[in-house]
Amino acid sequence: MATLNDYLLASGLLFAIGLAGVVMRRNIIIVFMCLELMLSAANLSLVAFSRFNTVNGLPDYNGQMLVFFVITVAAAEVAVGLAIIVALYRSRQTIHTDELTSLKG
Amino acid sequence: MPSYLFWLFTTIMLIGGTAVVAFRNPVSSALSVVTCFVGLAGLFIGLSAFFVGVIQILVYTGAVMVLFLFIIMLLDLKNEEHRANRIAPIAAGIALSLAFVVQLLGVLSKTVDKAAPALDKTALANSAGNFQAGSKIATTLGEGKLPDVHLIGHTLFTEYNFALQILGVLLLVATVGVVSLSKRQAE
Repeated sequence: MATLNDYLLASGLLFAIGLAGVVMRRNIIIVFMCLELMLSAANLSLVAFSRFNTVNGLPDYNGQMLVFFVITVAAAEVAVGLAIIVALYRSRQTIHTDELTSLKG
Repeated sequence: MPSYLFWLFTTIMLIGGTAVVAFRNPVSSALSVVTCFVGLAGLFIGLSAFFVGVIQILVYTGAVMVLFLFIIMLLDLKNEEHRANRIAPIAAGIALSLAFVVQLLGVLSKTVDKAAPALDKTALANSAGNFQAGSKIATTLGEGKLPDVHLIGHTLFTEYNFALQILGVLLLVATVGVVSLSKRQAE
């Protein structure tokens, strides 16, 4: 049986991969996908805590509620973010972060 | 969940995640995210969070990633592939992740480990008394099964009712915002 620390380690590794992607990649859409990976890693640790801390013999459903809300907010965030990316591409013809330098001093 | 299944799903998840960062083609990256989320949903179901696992597949892989793929193909990003890698961001990303993982291992080696509490028939049948007698939740628990979706609905509509209403407003605002953002601006 996998213990709590195994789940937390898996969640942390996924978070680290997402973080590396956000820093490394120069394509805004891929950076955005890596943000989703980080959110999902947080969800995994929340579900693990919910399962490993029982309340009256049942999993603690407050943790899964937070996961539910995070997924909903993430879906809204993806819709708005992709709309912004489309608007950006229309005005600049690029989504490569190295070429979006109009705010550089 | 048996150990070998846990490691199988974790490996699928981490390989998918690594492929997202490694692939140059955005479409390959998006499909790797789908792979990663399938592994993650397997882990959720292994943690007996059946509803969250199904939602992960339906909402994330079914809706969100299809939206990503649609936008990638709409913007026709094939020309993004032929670019030289810059060394500074890659070094920074690897260093940050390694620092994070080292810290994580340090913390996890110091914390007390915990095995999963049993969710067997007797434990579930004992918890049936906390719910209204004759209700669906109580009868299913009495049979020794976990009524995951009913319990989530029960929690959502009793303890989290106000938050749920706020969430509805948020989704409405997001929809209106996306429509107004996507409209072509009048010249």
